[in-house]
Amino acid sequence: MADKNPFPGENNTGHIWDDNIRELANPIPRWWMLSWWASCAWVLIYVVIYPSLPIGDKPPPGLMGWTAIEEFKEGMAEVEAIRAKYEDQIKGMTAEQILADPGLSDYTVASVKVLYGDNCAACHGSGGQGAPGFPVIADDVWLYGGSTEKIEETIAKGRRGMMPAHNSKLSAEQIDTLANYVVGLSEGKDDPAGKALFMANACFACHGMTGTGNQAMGAVNLTDSVWRFAPGGIESAKRTIAHGVNFPSDPESREAIMPAFGDKLSANEIKKLAVYVYRLGQ
Amino acid sequence: MSKQPSPSHLAAIDDLLEEAEQWHVNAGDETIHAKRMGGKWRTIKWLGNSLWLLLFFGPYLRWNGRQAILWDIPDRQFHLFNVTILPQDLWMLALLLLFLAILLFAVTAFSGRVWCGFLCFQTVWTDIYTLIEERFEGTPQQRRALDKAPMDLNKFGKKLGKHTLWMLIAIWTGISFVAWFTDAYALWGNLFQFQLSSAAWITILLFTVCTYLLAGFMREQVCMWVCPYARIQGTLVDVTSIIPTYDFHRGEPRSRRKKSDADGQQAGDCVDCNQCVAVCPTGIDIRRGQQEGCIMCALCIDACDMVMDKVGRPRGLIRYESLNGLEGKACPPVYKQPRIVITSLIMFAALLGIFYGLSSIDAVDLKVLHARQPLYVLQSDGSIQNKYTLKILNKLADDVQVKISATGPKGLKITSNRLLVAQHGTVTPITTYVRVARKNLTVETQPIIFHIETVDSKEPFSSHRESVFIGPKR
Repeated sequence: MADKNPFPGENNTGHIWDDNIRELANPIPRWWMLSWWASCAWVLIYVVIYPSLPIGDKPPPGLMGWTAIEEFKEGMAEVEAIRAKYEDQIKGMTAEQILADPGLSDYTVASVKVLYGDNCAACHGSGGQGAPGFPVIADDVWLYGGSTEKIEETIAKGRRGMMPAHNSKLSAEQIDTLANYVVGLSEGKDDPAGKALFMANACFACHGMTGTGNQAMGAVNLTDSVWRFAPGGIESAKRTIAHGVNFPSDPESREAIMPAFGDKLSANEIKKLAVYVYRLGQ
Repeated sequence: MSKQPSPSHLAAIDDLLEEAEQWHVNAGDETIHAKRMGGKWRTIKWLGNSLWLLLFFGPYLRWNGRQAILWDIPDRQFHLFNVTILPQDLWMLALLLLFLAILLFAVTAFSGRVWCGFLCFQTVWTDIYTLIEERFEGTPQQRRALDKAPMDLNKFGKKLGKHTLWMLIAIWTGISFVAWFTDAYALWGNLFQFQLSSAAWITILLFTVCTYLLAGFMREQVCMWVCPYARIQGTLVDVTSIIPTYDFHRGEPRSRRKKSDADGQQAGDCVDCNQCVAVCPTGIDIRRGQQEGCIMCALCIDACDMVMDKVGRPRGLIRYESLNGLEGKACPPVYKQPRIVITSLIMFAALLGIFYGLSSIDAVDLKVLHARQPLYVLQSDGSIQNKYTLKILNKLADDVQVKISATGPKGLKITSNRLLVAQHGTVTPITTYVRVARKNLTVETQPIIFHIETVDSKEPFSSHRESVFIGPKR
């Protein structure tokens, strides 16, 4: 083949097509080879100084001892260190004292937002706007009291609403009259017929003589504009009166259960959450 | 065209021609050792060079107890004498960059690569570096001989001196650049105690190495092969641009001495002495016409004028002239050249924007964000409450107390209305609640305007911002 090579002296491989297209045997450029060997060297260096070999449950650490989880922990420690000067103060304070300090109060609201999102937002909404069946906590109405102590108690121990069903004791007309009376209360009216039923059926025992409720037992204030079971109105009132709340023998009864977070969250976390909830609407 | 040369002129031409043998055109394969000579354009070049002294000495200027011009990147602040510009006002920087870019285009369209020839750091630093080279190693001829000579003590000494001085300038350049971004005096202190941030070390190192390599070794090759501006500027030059040009009508045919050659053709004014090539920092021959390698520094004009004086012919064989002018055609006046007019208008608009920005920077700026979840909350008394986050940006040098108020729906009440301290140089957020009685809400969405005013401040300021008050659907 060599003696038939029509392009002698140009260092081709002897592979020639279409008369003049041929493969040359030029060496690879030096800069390219240098880069190649440098890259190979870098692979070796990398394998030695970083954990790279997937052997066993605990891969051998690199020379530098670096691991991703350690870097994560260091990053977290850095954040903790920045937060420490606030957290140290908050630890020894009550929720009330935190609220009195604008700086700490702002810090608490900003830092505990994640905790609220993880534990509370599913029912009460990301901004405390509530959901059907779950109370709005961004307003100024508190079923069990709006002081930070009461809010902490609610979070730690949970709450369970209680109202008996009245459909076995009252006729449909009576329930209708009572429901209209309750709607009237929130509009500032005081219907005598409804008032009579209200007194006769001992509604006042929980909701008070004037219908303003009782926070000690979570009985709602019937005279304000806010409805516990939204959307409010005649139908809502009729259902609640007829089937009650958490009434065991009535499957149509309203459910009103706030779980206890005392086991899940620390007292400090609950305290900070109380501050957050308190400041949702004020 | 030219009169018969006198004997003294002929002698001058002989000298020049003898030297001409060694000047040839830069093909990128050897170091350009350009000849230095004085002249009008060289003087102007020195003025352009000296502007860069600002880079070295600007950072040490103080103003009201702090650096007059400081790009404070960690604190996200830009101090320009009295004015402090925060990231919120950086749109003005965009306008400034627009202005400078268009200025570059306009100047290039009008008069060629003025930036490249007289002001560019690559040109300037190369000029200084070659000056140092000349001081240590002598004239271009001596330098070329020295480059070829084997290394000995003499050569080593010259090279060592040159490179040491180059490196010192490079280091000083790096430090001076960093000094615009951090307190210059503290920088020197920290530098000698080896306590700079890694960002500062890396920046100084990068600028030192780049200055040393680009100005010391790459030189005109940067303009030829690396710089994108060079290419952009080249496309902007046309037949009306007034740039350094060789008058080939007058110069050709070149003649080494005779008035006319054997064919009886009249000889031109160019004596083919190659002085224009000798002085060229990029090593090109201007007589070949406009070309990409020409940075339009006008040093060849000085050289040619000097030669014309020596041989007794009029100056201006190479001069600032447009191609139209060379052909004897009139160029339209500047205000009738569309691209000059359009670029000027853009520059004017950018300047107007910057002027507006600087004159309308509020010392205290208010932004209002309406809460989205929930849009409104029904209260026990039937009123509607909206939640807002007010962001107060305080550009003053001190913290100020501000008071918040609002106007909008009838009978609105701000429920959280404490006095607030707006910290200086940053944004202070505050959550505020506004309540409006249901009966006063006539439509679902109403405008509401928040006002802030400083309390007990030496310089009283106020600001306002419109937002919306949202109620239930009607």
